[in-house]
Amino acid sequence: MNISSIAILFGSIITGNILLSYYLGMCSFLSISRELKSAIGLGVAVTFVMAITTPLNWIVYNIILVPLNITYLRFIVFIMVIAGIVQILEMIIERFSQTLYYSLGIFLPLITVNCAILGVNLFMIIRQYSFINSIFYGIGSGIGWLLAITLLAAIKQKISKNILPKGVEGAAISLIISGIMAIAFMGFSGIIPIN
Amino acid sequence: MSIFFSSVLAVTSISSFLVILILVIDLIINNYPNFDININNKKTIKVEGGKPLLFALKDKEIFIPSACGGRGSCGYCKVKVLNTSTPYLPTELPYLTDEEKKNNIRLSCQIKVKSNLNIEIPESLFSVHQYETKVLSLTDLTYDIKQVTLEIEKDQNIDFKSGQYIQFEVPPYKLTSETVYRAYSIASAPSDNKKIELEIRLVPNGICTTYVHQYLKVGDKVKINGPYGEFYLRPTDAEIIFIAGGSGMAPIKSILLDMKEKGINRKATYFFGAKTKKDLFLLDLMEDLMKAMPNFKFIPALSDLNADPDWQGERGLITDVVDKYILSGENKEAYLCGSPGMINACIGVLTKKGIPNEKIYYDKFA
Repeated sequence: MNISSIAILFGSIITGNILLSYYLGMCSFLSISRELKSAIGLGVAVTFVMAITTPLNWIVYNIILVPLNITYLRFIVFIMVIAGIVQILEMIIERFSQTLYYSLGIFLPLITVNCAILGVNLFMIIRQYSFINSIFYGIGSGIGWLLAITLLAAIKQKISKNILPKGVEGAAISLIISGIMAIAFMGFSGIIPIN
Repeated sequence: MSIFFSSVLAVTSISSFLVILILVIDLIINNYPNFDININNKKTIKVEGGKPLLFALKDKEIFIPSACGGRGSCGYCKVKVLNTSTPYLPTELPYLTDEEKKNNIRLSCQIKVKSNLNIEIPESLFSVHQYETKVLSLTDLTYDIKQVTLEIEKDQNIDFKSGQYIQFEVPPYKLTSETVYRAYSIASAPSDNKKIELEIRLVPNGICTTYVHQYLKVGDKVKINGPYGEFYLRPTDAEIIFIAGGSGMAPIKSILLDMKEKGINRKATYFFGAKTKKDLFLLDLMEDLMKAMPNFKFIPALSDLNADPDWQGERGLITDVVDKYILSGENKEAYLCGSPGMINACIGVLTKKGIPNEKIYYDKFA
């Protein structure tokens, strides 16, 4: 572990937040943020999947795809690994936490096609992170996503009793809130440059 | 060339590794212990965990009615579950009323046994049994409807009310890798408790119908369980309206034969909808029944206006024919059997005539 790993961890949580600065993983971000509890549940699930798949895909990429010179397969292989991990996660959650399982409902399988996860996996390749750094990057991006969805759910819960103009109800107000949150997160940029 | 091989090899080995990993974890995680199910506070049975309640009970020879065979599309397998942590699932909600939700009614095919459960079921379900039968005969009624006669084996007798249905067990074959169950109404009279008749219409790629039409032979063994259902003649003196289409003939035929045997001579009209003349069947039997029961009238109608120019009877959609014959709904009750579309259309016509909803009984093919 060196200083750059820590920088990547915090950078991916705050300055380079996968959700608020790259706008990846929006669909579940908007639809599961109605309730704080399920938002945190989904955030934890996404963090878990990112933290496992990013180093796993680093291994698959650097040990299998690069030596065989078949890096063009990275999209399909990454998706396959993510799908497998999500399947396993779903089985574990179903067995051990009924409440979480039913509150995540249909969105658990949707993690498979959550573009934030594939995005993190691909960024890790483009930025040529080392194995250690990819672990921190996966965890950091997951926590960043968790942080963003938790904040949005908390804000939405806070304003749920307020009367909104008809035109901005539902998804519209969520987008406005996340836009303002993104601007706020922009304020962090420059503290830790992430590349 | 080598890139082709290495691509295939890499993708195959990664995916097979993942599959093996999933299977191993599935084996470890989904290994539930056995659970106790307490039924009506009287009986406690031990069942295998992790299975849907419907199938866990079926393993213990307790048969909950289900017309769709556990796919969550008929909504018949309702059971009162007093203590489950499983919240209502999206697949259950369309079939449950608010009243039922208050009473902890669940669809037993959707909830899995993951803890000890207390459930309540109607006492009559204890009289549902599994029967081993032998195919006595297979007769073509029309080009797509077969009459199957099953003889109950061993010392068992099947006691049912006319109009009720049984479930037919289809063993694994070309179209299915597991045992499936499909519901069929009994077409024969309840007086013969050693034999039942079914009328099964071929549905393209239907698992059970294909099995019956193309694989089943005389002498084959068939397992059935039953009887189920609330579709039977109510003992009132109201005038009866029967409406059926296609293989919906079966339960109504059973009711009619039962009426004849018991000498029930209520005024009854039977509207039977078919597309063309070749979709009509059992016309001789209906003639005989009309002779034996002077108050009974059979009215077949063809919906294809251009077919069979020599046809003397009624033409048009069955709803139009019913509309024409039934002038008022006073002191009448209706028994319908057929496709959901036909039944919904007929309920519309009948309520317009003034027959209250609770006097309209029906069997929908789900």
